[in-house]
Amino acid sequence: MSALTVTDLRKSFGGLRVTRGVNLNVERGERRLIIGPNGAGKTTLFNLITGELTPDSGSVALFGSDITRAPSRRRPHLGMARTYQIITLFPNDTIIHNVCLALLGLSPIRWNPFLDMRRQGHVVEQAGEALARVGLSHIAERPLSQTSYGERRRVEIAMALAQNPKVLLLDEPFAGLSIDERRDVHQLLLGIPRDVTMVMIEHNMDVALEFAERITLLHFGEVIVEGTRAEVVADPRTREVYLGH
Amino acid sequence: MTARLAVLALAAALLVTLPFWMTSIYYINVASQVLFYAIFALGLNVIAGYGGLVSLGHAGLFGIASYATGYALAAGFGHIAAILISLCVGLVAMAIYAVLSLRATGIGFIMITLALGQIVWGLAYRWISVTNGDNGINLHGRPEPFGLSLSSASSFYYATLVVFVIAVAAVAVFVRSPLGAALMGTRDQPRRMNALGYHVWAIRFWACMLSGLLTSISGILFVYYTQFISPQTLALTSSAEVLLMVISGGAGTLVGPIVGAALVIIIKSVVSGFIERWNMLLGAIFVAIVILMPEGLVPGSARLWRLMRRKMSAAPRARAEASS
Repeated sequence: MSALTVTDLRKSFGGLRVTRGVNLNVERGERRLIIGPNGAGKTTLFNLITGELTPDSGSVALFGSDITRAPSRRRPHLGMARTYQIITLFPNDTIIHNVCLALLGLSPIRWNPFLDMRRQGHVVEQAGEALARVGLSHIAERPLSQTSYGERRRVEIAMALAQNPKVLLLDEPFAGLSIDERRDVHQLLLGIPRDVTMVMIEHNMDVALEFAERITLLHFGEVIVEGTRAEVVADPRTREVYLGH
Repeated sequence: MTARLAVLALAAALLVTLPFWMTSIYYINVASQVLFYAIFALGLNVIAGYGGLVSLGHAGLFGIASYATGYALAAGFGHIAAILISLCVGLVAMAIYAVLSLRATGIGFIMITLALGQIVWGLAYRWISVTNGDNGINLHGRPEPFGLSLSSASSFYYATLVVFVIAVAAVAVFVRSPLGAALMGTRDQPRRMNALGYHVWAIRFWACMLSGLLTSISGILFVYYTQFISPQTLALTSSAEVLLMVISGGAGTLVGPIVGAALVIIIKSVVSGFIERWNMLLGAIFVAIVILMPEGLVPGSARLWRLMRRKMSAAPRARAEASS
């Protein structure tokens, strides 16, 4: 059974057809890269998969279960997590508080108005473990506003990992990072265990190609090439619309 | 932390001993007003400060609870039953407010709450057969908890103080709780909260209910204090006034709305006795706060205090370096 199956997904904004019958089949544990020029509909596809946008037609299935109509807030509970192209965190809070919020999102205690959050030792402990995985435990108590862009990117990944996802969607995780930061995030992604299926949008081909096992090339909302790394890179259509001659 | 505890202890001591050192009944009554308006401001602060949902219709809820108390007592219910009925009516009204207004955020939320507040005010003003219109409704008598009469200014003040302390403690607990953290998360990044698995609408709804509960409690205290309720209490100016209490004191802080309530009530009730154009003074103070401390009096003062301490600790070091 596939981890993520997208079938004939379509989405239009007025007269603009952004997603045109996209089919995607991502196997368990696979590392899938989605590439395409700007405006190809990559982030829209992520938004449709995570339920932030409702498709006009088509379906999304997670481990065989149809989740097309499931509200986006339900999908993390079903094992789907994502990061954003533009970092979306809580800048007034500390790093560990950000990760605690991610953990509480899946916990029934998120509805509790009486518990003291600071005394939830197991939540803080798990948040600390997630931060250790991304190498930020030494600055866990630092306000997010006092961190670098690269550290924030790692906080985003820590938040996603803290939720123990089965499918992780990464939207341009290397965007805006320095060479050193890029290397750190790359190492971090390579270290994520195989029980987490990963789908990544990325423009930085050096790091992305090293990560990907299969690649999907989107152009004007359509899948025009899909295959292994070597197949997609060798395909003339990839060179024509994306890599250049 | 020690300084904060000292301030807290001093404030508690002043509040508990207030009727002993403040001999004028008028000023004790003003203190009672500060306390129940502080509860009102705390209620609005839950959604406006912690939830980022600014309401301009809260006076409507405040008035609904006040009118409900008046009707229940007029219908022959006892004080306890009247208070419980008013709380229930206030919560139902808040639930209706929330369901209608939470369809939007930002300006949309403000406009819907403003419209709802105006509808309630219009009903109170024009539905004369039910509300007695501009003449309002009179109440007679106050409750006697545990046999203690609340008819005197001091006893009513102490009863209000007890309710105030419970309200502050309730908000303090809520803010530190996972639900409180989730509410602040929905204020800062609703889209991210949704992607993390939170039901943003439901979190905001429950915050509105807590806000409605506190607003209803303050409305009940108000009507027992004044023994009278009229459409004037529900007017837009009342909603704006309590919002100013929250903003001037410091939205999203626990102490800010209390300080804001004290500022507005003291200027309205005390300074107005000495200055004819007290409205102008109040306006000037608000303008000064917005310019000098846009985050509000309490966080602004804390910022200035930190700055002053940093400068004071830096001065001897600079002198020592200069002499060496």
